Amino acid sequence: MSNKLGQLTATEIAAALQRREMSAREVAQAFLDVTDTYGAFLHVDAERTLAEADAAQARLDAGETSPLLGVPVAIKDNISTQGRPTTCASRILEGYIPPYDATVISQLHGAGMPLLGKTNLDEFAMGTSTENSAYAVCKNPWDPTRSPGGSSGGSAAAVSGGLAPISLGSDTGGSIRQPAALCGLVGFKPTYGRVSRFGLVAFGSSLDQIGPFGQTVADVAAISQVICQTDGLDNTSLPDAPLGAMDLANASVKGKRFALPRELMSDAVEANVRASIEQAIRTLEAAGATVDHVDLPSLSLGVSTYYVIAPAEASSNLGRFDGVRYGAREEAPGHVESLMATRGKKFGHEVKLRIMVGTYALSAGYYDAYYLRAQQIRGLMVAEIDALWGEYDAILSPTSPCVAFPLGGFSHDPMALKQMDFCTIPANMGGYPALSLPCGLADGLPVGLHLMGPVRGDERLLELAAGVERELGCAPLRPGLA
Amino acid sequence: MPITLDEVRHVARLARLELTEDELRAFQTELDALLGHFQDLQAVDVTGVAPKPHAVALQNVLAEDVARFGLTRDQALANAPKSRAGLFLVPSIRED
Repeated sequence: MSNKLGQLTATEIAAALQRREMSAREVAQAFLDVTDTYGAFLHVDAERTLAEADAAQARLDAGETSPLLGVPVAIKDNISTQGRPTTCASRILEGYIPPYDATVISQLHGAGMPLLGKTNLDEFAMGTSTENSAYAVCKNPWDPTRSPGGSSGGSAAAVSGGLAPISLGSDTGGSIRQPAALCGLVGFKPTYGRVSRFGLVAFGSSLDQIGPFGQTVADVAAISQVICQTDGLDNTSLPDAPLGAMDLANASVKGKRFALPRELMSDAVEANVRASIEQAIRTLEAAGATVDHVDLPSLSLGVSTYYVIAPAEASSNLGRFDGVRYGAREEAPGHVESLMATRGKKFGHEVKLRIMVGTYALSAGYYDAYYLRAQQIRGLMVAEIDALWGEYDAILSPTSPCVAFPLGGFSHDPMALKQMDFCTIPANMGGYPALSLPCGLADGLPVGLHLMGPVRGDERLLELAAGVERELGCAPLRPGLA
Repeated sequence: MPITLDEVRHVARLARLELTEDELRAFQTELDALLGHFQDLQAVDVTGVAPKPHAVALQNVLAEDVARFGLTRDQALANAPKSRAGLFLVPSIRED
């Protein structure tokens, strides 16, 4: 069953709720009624969603006007939800029901946004295609034979496929922005520390950040106002996390300066994506923006640096899965044997690979050559990028070097899939705010334009993106309507 | 120098992962590919470059020393694969 509300943005639904054109229950029910043919959701609890919608309606009826009150939201299944399963798409967390809410979930409850369900992902957010999910294949609504990208593929497919008006994902090396690009959405990774990580199952703690998927910049800006808050439960939370004033309606690209790193428009970018980005650049230039080619040589080392640092942090973070306090357990005669059997049998292949890489990079004799060196190169990379902010408003590039690829298309070459993260990784290295927004179609599939701004520059980046969105004129971009 | 099967077995032990012989061989190939890819890091001159361990500069965070709500014992045990008498149950770690 299709859903007429799927044609509305989150802010449009919020406005319709405020005008009493529909009730929060009707909105939630309309999204719950859509059959999930994309494998977007891992868990739905309709009764609970409707109860939350009724509570939101009571607040609407009491005259409350908070911006997204009553708008339902889908949540990546690595964000802890009290009373709702949280599996990280892993067998090791099968049946786990968190006894507490992540801070972002408490914030969404506070904003009166009913939770539609928990969305599919690459196991523990490790992947670029959502094919590493232990539970379900996730499909791209633009073409169900193709991947929605990853790791937040379910949150992207849910919004793109009209199963949710808005959603949350997490981004460690591009896991919000790349699926947003491949599904024709806006995906935003705020500055590291602006959104609390409390209750987000940790992957790479120095890189992880929660952020939203929406159909427009206005949608992601609206929900970012809800989730960007200082949190005493996260020691890396920024003291000045709340977003300041933004004027999206009057934002313009006129006089704005963009830097385009040659390393991110390399030969690895496929011709159809390159053509789409070049067209977008001409449009921005015609509107009074300047786009300069720049050299940031260390960005060519981004993938290698990331695949040392992220697995090193993951190997430590995933040490907590021991089959004692929660999750699945394989029985064996001794404690260590049980621990090893549990982890060996319940983690999937990619997760075990990354734990192995990280353990190796941190082990005696290799620490200096890999982990320490990667941290130094991370320092070089961030210094090169920071040197640009005096001169440029944003760094512009493709989000992904290719459009949505066929499911299984990289099963013979997992390294090729990892190498596709090179445009999105730099933002995580320096904690920069970054987003992907649709810039058109190539061979009928969405292309994402990537914008990155300086640390704490979230408000200006969102305004700039709103200006770019208006000039490009292609959001919201919906499958079947293009 | 390619990583040996014994090295892979050692890393798996450090990582507390029980792997089959087939998995060990698969990870040998994949680790080799990844470590080969990392060679580009070795070519960079990092003399005198300070390591950057985090996305943003970290600072010490102090919290008021006040009690706040935690989990109840029942909540803490609710997800345990095995528990008894208010305790997590694990295989014995000593010889009887």
